Amino acid sequence: MIGGEFVINTLSLGSLYALLALGLVLVYGILKLINFAYGEYIMVAGYTMFLLGTYAGLPIWVNMVVAVLLAALTSYLTELVAFRPVRTHAFHAMLVTSFAVSVLLQNAALLFVSPRSRAVPLPAAFNESISLFGVVTPLRNVLTIVTTVVLLVALSLLMKYTVLGIAMRAAADKFTTTRLMGVPANLVISVAFIISGFLAGTVSLFWVGRSASVDPLIGFAPLLIAFIATVIGGMNSLVGAVAGGYVYGLLFNLLSVLLPASMINYRDAFMFAIVILFLLLKPEGLIRGSYTEERVG
Amino acid sequence: MLSVTDIHASYGAVAALHGVSLEVAEGELVALLGTNGAGKSTTLKSIAGVLRPTQGNVTFLGEDITSSKPEAILKKGISLTPEGREIFTSLTVAENLRLGAFASYDRSRYEADRDEMFELFPILKERLSQPGGLLSGGEQQQLAIARSLMSHPKLLMLDEPSLGLSPALVEQIFELIGKLRDRGMTILLVEQNAERAVQVADRVYVLNTGRMEFVGTPEQLEAELDIASVYFGSNGQKSEVTL
Repeated sequence: MIGGEFVINTLSLGSLYALLALGLVLVYGILKLINFAYGEYIMVAGYTMFLLGTYAGLPIWVNMVVAVLLAALTSYLTELVAFRPVRTHAFHAMLVTSFAVSVLLQNAALLFVSPRSRAVPLPAAFNESISLFGVVTPLRNVLTIVTTVVLLVALSLLMKYTVLGIAMRAAADKFTTTRLMGVPANLVISVAFIISGFLAGTVSLFWVGRSASVDPLIGFAPLLIAFIATVIGGMNSLVGAVAGGYVYGLLFNLLSVLLPASMINYRDAFMFAIVILFLLLKPEGLIRGSYTEERVG
Repeated sequence: MLSVTDIHASYGAVAALHGVSLEVAEGELVALLGTNGAGKSTTLKSIAGVLRPTQGNVTFLGEDITSSKPEAILKKGISLTPEGREIFTSLTVAENLRLGAFASYDRSRYEADRDEMFELFPILKERLSQPGGLLSGGEQQQLAIARSLMSHPKLLMLDEPSLGLSPALVEQIFELIGKLRDRGMTILLVEQNAERAVQVADRVYVLNTGRMEFVGTPEQLEAELDIASVYFGSNGQKSEVTL
């Protein structure tokens, strides 16, 4: 029951969740803002794939690249237009703003496209299966894992070896002091949002890839997953977010396999119970970050 | 070089400064003294752009910087070494230093600058790849000052550099401050250790509950304190005076 297939499924699901959580924590680390509009960046990428794939007639990989870039752009623009003006206000102002942005984007999709889900054209490769270590698995799973590994390596190199990355880590640690070093506040925040949106867009390719459709509410589930994964892994560390994503994927797949068929519908309830246990027993998450709780003023 | 004119500042509804003015000339070491809560750190924060004064203005090298952002003020040449050192604990010593040079980074000069810091603070060279959080208090203070110096400041503002350090380390920090002054660095020093600060300062300001109470040379301050001790019948011990 728990064999090669389980491992690949878990790694694939965990990878997706790790990227999701990472995108959320990148912004949280610096702004201490849980961006509830995060799921909508996934939606934007999904609709881009739908619109381009249905009407533009471009090669499918072009659609995918544009979709990811548009998600990053949307993230950047929401920061510029919505979050920046209220950044120095009370903490609640930003939280409420992120809800507003979320609702606004959802309704834009509802109004300008359709409340119903739309079929998204996907690359043929997504539906192919390959045999790996004697396990037959969708190529999509392997692509998810490989993409995640590449992104995680690239991101850690960026964070460790570029001055921008160092500045972002510093900003997540002590924001005001980072500015005293001459690091522009807007720069690190914008970059955090751009990377966050880029990760959401990348996740979207595979997320949409599973159902091959997009609807206005598609962002809700991934947002929730990202949030739970960060609770498990720890809100204050990028490594924690990644770990949380993989742990979530593992727990989810374990429940899928171990729960009797009659209980499988309650899988989410079990998941939430586990999260509550985490909050009770290990509120700081698996990995305790070193960031202070300073807010950006 | 730096001129602060009648600044008022508050934290929310709590007023912290009620019209503070001070001047720092090029090459000077000015000490800003006062008790806890007198507004010393608030004054430095207002100059550095961390806190926006509600009134009054700050000019540096003839330019009004009152409502500038901290990153812009650093670029103009003012570096604040904040109270409590504020080391980036998860970053290595090397990364802390690299960030210090963020605004003024020059590849051809960087290595030489860093070597100069190792000369001033040999311990940093040994700790280079360690996270800043693992350093002792004294080492963190040295790193904080080195990090500030990496930006080639025209004015260095030190906020309580001796706070929480052992007497031997305090001595070391003040020796360093003296060394920097002798090299021509302009310094605005905030200290609780008034006795020691007065010994290195060219001029002294004393703040009391958000107002400037005294301006003058260390000699004038001492004269004033002697008078005070005569009036108040103290035994003339400097350290007992509520600086």
